[in-house]
Amino acid sequence: MKHTIAVIVENKPGVLTRISGLFSRRGFNIESLSVGATDNPAYSRMTISVEGDDVVLEQVVKQLSKLINVIRVSRLDPQESVERELAIIKVSANKDTRSEIMQIVSVFRARIIDVSPRSLIIEVTGDEKKVDALQQMLRQFGIKEMARTGKVSMVRGSKVVQAGP
Amino acid sequence: MMVRMTGAEAIIECLRREGVEVIFGLPGGVLLPLYDALYSSDMRHILVRHEQAAAHAADGYARATGRVGVCLATSGPGATNLVTGIATAYMDSVPIVAMTGQVNTGLIGKDAFQEADITGITMPITKHNYLIKSSRDIPRVFREAFYIARTGRPGPVLIDLPRDITVDELEFDYPEINLPGYNPSTKVHQLQIRRAAEALMAAERPVIYAGGGVRYANAHEELFQLATRLNAPVTTTLMGMGCFPTDHPLSLGMLGMHGTKYANLAVQEADVLLAVGARFDDRVTGKIASFAPKARIIHIDVDAAEIGKNVRVDIPVVGDAKIALTELLKHVQQRPWTEWNEKILSWKREYPLRYTRDENVIKPQFVVEKICELCPDAIIVTEVGQNQMWAAQFFKHKDPRKFITSGGLGTMGYGFPAAIGAKVGRPECEVIDIAGDGSFQMNIQELATAVVNDIPVKIAILNNGVLGMVRQWQTLFFGKRYSHTTLGDVPDFVKVAEAYGAVGLRATKPSEVEDVLREGLASDRPTVMDFIVHRDEKVSPMVPAGASLSEILELES
Repeated sequence: MKHTIAVIVENKPGVLTRISGLFSRRGFNIESLSVGATDNPAYSRMTISVEGDDVVLEQVVKQLSKLINVIRVSRLDPQESVERELAIIKVSANKDTRSEIMQIVSVFRARIIDVSPRSLIIEVTGDEKKVDALQQMLRQFGIKEMARTGKVSMVRGSKVVQAGP
Repeated sequence: MMVRMTGAEAIIECLRREGVEVIFGLPGGVLLPLYDALYSSDMRHILVRHEQAAAHAADGYARATGRVGVCLATSGPGATNLVTGIATAYMDSVPIVAMTGQVNTGLIGKDAFQEADITGITMPITKHNYLIKSSRDIPRVFREAFYIARTGRPGPVLIDLPRDITVDELEFDYPEINLPGYNPSTKVHQLQIRRAAEALMAAERPVIYAGGGVRYANAHEELFQLATRLNAPVTTTLMGMGCFPTDHPLSLGMLGMHGTKYANLAVQEADVLLAVGARFDDRVTGKIASFAPKARIIHIDVDAAEIGKNVRVDIPVVGDAKIALTELLKHVQQRPWTEWNEKILSWKREYPLRYTRDENVIKPQFVVEKICELCPDAIIVTEVGQNQMWAAQFFKHKDPRKFITSGGLGTMGYGFPAAIGAKVGRPECEVIDIAGDGSFQMNIQELATAVVNDIPVKIAILNNGVLGMVRQWQTLFFGKRYSHTTLGDVPDFVKVAEAYGAVGLRATKPSEVEDVLREGLASDRPTVMDFIVHRDEKVSPMVPAGASLSEILELES
């Protein structure tokens, strides 16, 4: 089973290593991890996607909370959260296939951000399944390169996960 | 008013403010500015012969005194030599601050001479660690490091000190602690305390299982009150040894792989098991699936991550053991002595710890019993292996800070340097390292440290010429194929001791044991007592690895 957790950490060197080291050392299965600064530059927010049962998830949360640089750990209920991932995909294209690809891109409400005689770069945001589906559709044309950010997630409504009380 | 000083002077000032009395260390190139500052301070420094011993000595000092132990090693190989000692302290939750030298900040990452990424290396075996990049950060980092090491679940903290930050000047200001991500729990959840109290009062067959957390929280008196009020039998882990007097009628001694048969039977039959400051280590539980199968489990631990890590817990209580037990005592009343207590007494009569006495060959258990008889108040430190288990089983432990042993990591070579640290911390106590000949040889060079610094520890070697515990497993599980566990002609430990300037004594017959011990204990110098014991003596009883606690074997020698 997949779980998503949001982790607020101090924005200091080595913190990412502490987090990723904890996962490998304790044998937790980490699926994706994305990091970026928060509105307060002293803190970063990580969204971590973990595979495992509830016992594993509980240990992940508790072990992360033990780290001195970790300010807050919060499980995100997928039913009550918005989840997004960004991918940019470089796909082979020529004059015969370009318009078909553009149609697919349009259906997925993705965007073309670079065009060359033999390739296109496509930008897509959405939940994991949407990105997977677009990737699947583009595979027939030849995916030359792809970069996915991993998931970022946030609880709907006024509830917040932040450093302060 | 702020005072201007060098980084090295600031480090000494921080140590002074944290109440540090002694540093165990060994200098090296990048530490020269710090050692120079040390030279003009009144801080006591004990020069070891190997950095591993510095870490173990700081650890032994911390366990014996309850204060934070401090060790110091130079960059690269000096730092990596601390690793075993830091890992040992981490597994047993011992508060130490390890300082390491580092190459100049400008050289970091360039594979400079004697450079090692020690913060990277020790990340998984420290509670926290620091690489100081600017001398201005020294006061804050030292303050945080000592605070983190000794609060909550204690543990080792490492501070890496590049050479240039010890030379650069700073305005010294000792700041307040500001660690938003670190809030060691000081309160307990009242509802959980009431649930725990109700479960204990309703129990017909309660058992208390106490670990090292009781010792670290100084909660042994509360534990005693709770146990006697409930008439609940108490078993302790290796780390919890001494938290409950082993000669008390409610004592079950140690549980687990080499625990008493009656402790293991009691745990398997218990209907409520109260674990206090213990972490359900595999050496304690045996096969997890069949551990305490009839019991509701209450788990008190200061580290929330320990609860539910290894076993299912019915009633979790996160908090310091002393606070939690004090709160629990408010809700429990006196329970009568019951059939359960009688049952346990009958098990204790039926399955006592025992060994076959021999008039011709020294039995290691006999040596331990004699040590206990002649010096019941000694601080007992052990090496790892059979010697450790016999010391746990046959010494009557009654004081929580007087049994010092490497439990979690099982570090051979730990005992002797840890004994040096314990003796430095508590010079008024007799400190005896119960050793094996294998383990003792792993840090035997520290005889020089003990002699030169006039630290009169006593080493009692249970000398069987083999790596005894591993050999025991080979005997039982590998058809007596003794692959590389025979040490052969071990050195003449009496001569070794004398070569280092220590006292060396030997007993080869049971009739000589008491005289050697009396002479050794009367000595005011570091003294090695070499007891030649039989190599086939086994630690009994034993639960084979991975078996259930019910499958405990009583072994004949």
